[in-house]
Amino acid sequence: MADLKDKISALCAQAQFDTEGEFLMVTVDDAQWHALALALKEQLHFDYLTAVVGVDWKESLGCVYYLTNTETQEIIHVKVATTDRENPRLHSVSDVWDVANYQEREVYDFYGIVFINHPDMRRFFLRNDWVGYPLRKDYDESDELNPLRLDDEMNEDYTCKWVEDENGEVKKVEGKLFEDEEYVINVGPQHPSTHGVMRYRVSLDGEMVKKVDVVSGYIHRGIEKLCEGLAYPSTLLYPERMDYMSAHMNRHCLCLCIEKAMGIEVPYRAELIRLMMDELMRLSSHLLSYGCLTMDQGATTAFFYGFRERELIYDIFDRTCGARMSMSYSTIGGVVADVHEDFIKDVRNACDVIEKNLKEYHKLFTGNVIAVGRMKGVGILTKEQAASYAISGPSARAAGLSCDLRKKQPYSLYNEFDFNEVVREEGDSMARYMVRMDEMVESIKILRQACDKLEACEDNEFCAKVPKLIKLPAGHWYQQVEASRGAFGVYIESDGDPKPFQKPYRMHFQTPCFNLVGIVDLTCRDNMIADLITITASIDYVIPDIDR
Amino acid sequence: MEVKIKSMKHEDFKDNQYIDKLVEELRASGTNVVVGKLNDLMNWGVSNSLWPFCFGTSCCAIEFMCLGAARYDMARFGFEVARNSPRQADYIMCQGTITYRMAPVLKRLYEQMAEPKYVIACGSCAVSGGPFTKSYCVVKGIDEVVPVDVYIPGCPPRPEAFFYGLMQLQRKIKVQKYFGGVNRKEKLSDELKQLKYCGGQVKKD
Repeated sequence: MADLKDKISALCAQAQFDTEGEFLMVTVDDAQWHALALALKEQLHFDYLTAVVGVDWKESLGCVYYLTNTETQEIIHVKVATTDRENPRLHSVSDVWDVANYQEREVYDFYGIVFINHPDMRRFFLRNDWVGYPLRKDYDESDELNPLRLDDEMNEDYTCKWVEDENGEVKKVEGKLFEDEEYVINVGPQHPSTHGVMRYRVSLDGEMVKKVDVVSGYIHRGIEKLCEGLAYPSTLLYPERMDYMSAHMNRHCLCLCIEKAMGIEVPYRAELIRLMMDELMRLSSHLLSYGCLTMDQGATTAFFYGFRERELIYDIFDRTCGARMSMSYSTIGGVVADVHEDFIKDVRNACDVIEKNLKEYHKLFTGNVIAVGRMKGVGILTKEQAASYAISGPSARAAGLSCDLRKKQPYSLYNEFDFNEVVREEGDSMARYMVRMDEMVESIKILRQACDKLEACEDNEFCAKVPKLIKLPAGHWYQQVEASRGAFGVYIESDGDPKPFQKPYRMHFQTPCFNLVGIVDLTCRDNMIADLITITASIDYVIPDIDR
Repeated sequence: MEVKIKSMKHEDFKDNQYIDKLVEELRASGTNVVVGKLNDLMNWGVSNSLWPFCFGTSCCAIEFMCLGAARYDMARFGFEVARNSPRQADYIMCQGTITYRMAPVLKRLYEQMAEPKYVIACGSCAVSGGPFTKSYCVVKGIDEVVPVDVYIPGCPPRPEAFFYGLMQLQRKIKVQKYFGGVNRKEKLSDELKQLKYCGGQVKKD
């Protein structure tokens, strides 16, 4: 950490450092931020912008940028803030890391911070006639300001950006999203192939896609604001409802983050059960994505095959957790109950059945002429693009970016298990599909080892002793896990409030699908409009995970 | 007259009072044999070929997909032909949270459907806002936007609960009158008019 500190202070003399927390924290003024960002990427190889967290510190508004070096897996975070609450302005880094484009739009939507030189400063989640910035601490939630409007929302045809000239004066410049002669069609928000309520405005030239404008927020539920009004144990239910196909992983992540902050040691058995649930969830998720991808291309039979095996996994969840979906199983300090007596038998059986049937899936769909024609060489994402857009999970590994957090930053018990990270080079739809299929084999491998370990485990404790009232000391923490679709991160900031039922000061969820939707425009460009469906299906995002 | 559907016995339903009351009301108003038989024929057809309009916004949609897959197989009851266009569907199954941005879209989709049309609110989000009731941009129950026929609680509801709700809808359809007596269409459009009138600010009594 000290070594890194010296290197950064050589790049930017004014930077202040804080080595107290888990990662090195750098605080810079907005004036130096853009130059430092460039230097961090070019010289110190921090090429991956993991998360951008907007925070309202009452006396100032600002962002915390989490950066990862994809070679050494070092993480630092940079804090940039402004004290101007009336006209908060920061410099954009969307030209350094492409992912910052959407991330900064999110911060603008929630906090009203305008990013100078950002190409497209529009709201991302909320209606364009929304009044106020909901995550600010002084936000007025009254119904009179933002009533339930049943009149249709107008299309946003114009965008704007704030440009800084040589004298440091900032001017607002209007821009057009689409030119007058462009042919724009609307896909969504109610469209079967968008897999939920997502809307694309697609500019076409004949059948070729020229530009995709993503209009999101149709399922934005304000989870981050809700969490600020609840005690920590009550917030646990929300991560499950964001990416419901990674319910166990997301909840696991929030539990890990709170445990890290409180310094709770989780019993071995509990961690093992959690890990097994995570892998079962991954299997279930990849089976669903197989089903949806095939159905989108007309292979309805394959959809039934995928769902047949998912029922086996649902049965396991049902028996142990008492619910098929939204299991609410992990809790702070462990899991809520021990596993069902037949758990190991059921898991072994499910592994055998799925392993056997995977061959059938390949026979049914993988080699199919239509499938190959529609997926091979379509929607190519390169390794550099994947890093710049901060893509993680199967979509990034299909592009050759090795980013499996189970290997790179092992959490839980993953370093005790023998499995391979599936990486491919092609970066097309076919590769994304194949990575998922191969990951299922790896998950089965992990599950079998975990079954042996659980059988041998003599420890009966499934939950650590946790204080009745959960209180975190003042500070902030960031925890990531590998969810089904990529790295899921939780940021918690606590003010150390001594009152009972302490509430988080700020809770941010860095979801993998939010970044995935950023590459829709990139991968669909210069492809046919029909390929938009296969590309988005192979990227496999979950909409509530984007909108939160 | 007892409302009969093939898939489930009358006494197996937990709440028969409301349907018995509806039947009583119908009896009191009375219809002639020809019109009554025509009604029966219509109801038999409509209730046994209910085409859903898939309107899945979040988690409940996955359970609905399980309903379509092999184990639960809703095709057995005539619910299977899930349509993606509101113009071809009989009922809208709202699975998931409706936010302020989505509400006008839901209303428009509802208005695009052809009569007779029904609405099922699926899952606690659609019923009342569920865990997101306190949010700044979540509609507290879709009955603020469209009239609802059947509520299916759960987060998400189990497939069995889906079936129970769908069969309740079948029973409701079975006592409907197309010819003579109260016309359902009139009643519905009145409610809709009221909704338009106040800019959607109709609150529950």
